[in-house]
Amino acid sequence: MSRVHDMGGRFGDGPVSPDPQGIPQLGENWQQRALALTLATGALGQWNIDMSRRAREGLAPADYARFTYFEKWIAGLADLLVETGVLSRDDLRGDGGDSPHALADRVLKAADVAGVLARGGPADRPGGPVPVFVPGQAVRTRHPADSRLVEGGHTRLPGYAAGALGYVLRCHGTHVLPDSNAHGLGEAPEPLYAVRFKATELWAQTEHPGDEVILDLWQSYLEPA
Amino acid sequence: MPHDHHDHDHPHALLPPEPALRVRALETLLSRKGLVDPAALDEIIDTYQNRIGPKNGARVVARAWSDPVFRKALQDDATAVVADLGFFGRQGEHIVAVENTPTRHNMVVCTLCSCYPWPLLGIPPGWYKSDAYRSRAVREPRKVLAEFGVSLPAETSVRVWDSTAEVRYLVIPMRPDGTEGMDEDALADLVTRDSMIGTGLAREPGQ
Repeated sequence: MSRVHDMGGRFGDGPVSPDPQGIPQLGENWQQRALALTLATGALGQWNIDMSRRAREGLAPADYARFTYFEKWIAGLADLLVETGVLSRDDLRGDGGDSPHALADRVLKAADVAGVLARGGPADRPGGPVPVFVPGQAVRTRHPADSRLVEGGHTRLPGYAAGALGYVLRCHGTHVLPDSNAHGLGEAPEPLYAVRFKATELWAQTEHPGDEVILDLWQSYLEPA
Repeated sequence: MPHDHHDHDHPHALLPPEPALRVRALETLLSRKGLVDPAALDEIIDTYQNRIGPKNGARVVARAWSDPVFRKALQDDATAVVADLGFFGRQGEHIVAVENTPTRHNMVVCTLCSCYPWPLLGIPPGWYKSDAYRSRAVREPRKVLAEFGVSLPAETSVRVWDSTAEVRYLVIPMRPDGTEGMDEDALADLVTRDSMIGTGLAREPGQ
């Protein structure tokens, strides 16, 4: 996939426009339905959150750039439904049948919404490989940032932090590795660390010498420095 | 929105291009096949438009300001502590609370998508999901803060947390002066959504 979604540090996006405080309103009905459809179909259990992110990042770069937020969601969802075989291309064309689906017994009912949202999807997997880095230790992120596991695949190392020197702040425990899980290659859990980078390490020009950026990074993204 | 259909590899291109028609087509298709229940969609929308929002996080902050034992427990294991208050689940499975001090200001972004602590703050505001915030918060946080009307003194360093994993960060803003003796409910009213993302400060009493 392209790295069009990997926009940290990019120039030229203009000012940020704050919104009123409180609960953000989604606006139009279709935006609300796009959010709800994504969550409700997720409950069918045919993909994981890393696959959902991969589907959105996997949009053509031109589509990613011009689609509004929930347009990305609905396009990613349509692609994922076909990829996982839940729907066919004929279905999307409107040429599919109307007979009840084999997964219909898993449909999310209104009465179960609260329970499903409350359960969420914890990513920690007790056990697994032991942490090899300790708080305070100097580490360097891999370079280039691209997935080592799948060519052009999903990863959570932003380009701006590739090949950078940082310091372990804490270990969060052992978490599912998105690089693997996003491609259906298993959860492959690894120790996950919060790693501190000086802004001066990441950017040619910085606003303040004391500023820092913290990223959550998996053990295989790091080597001792 | 015009769509040139140049992208025939992606199945989504088979749906109508206009967003409202596109979403309706997909919902109709999924409903007819029994894969979504429209009543469940209504329930999800009601949850995130009317029930779950930043009042949850504000309760956590107000208690942290009021109760040193709670504050210490929050620093040690925020996930367990906020779960005890009833805040857990989707996009809040792993919570870390980060405290602002006179010498450190914390600010949260997700440069790769839009990760956000839903059980504590609700769904994210539009700006949090915007290209401008995602691209700039890590490189020039102080310019971004200025666009929110926040300016920090020179002795305050900024820590920007890029949410690259399933850990969700809650900023505990500094307790405003002149709030001694206020109870938790009154304190919670001072805690804005943006102050818990780190693009704002808590309101001062009467502000």
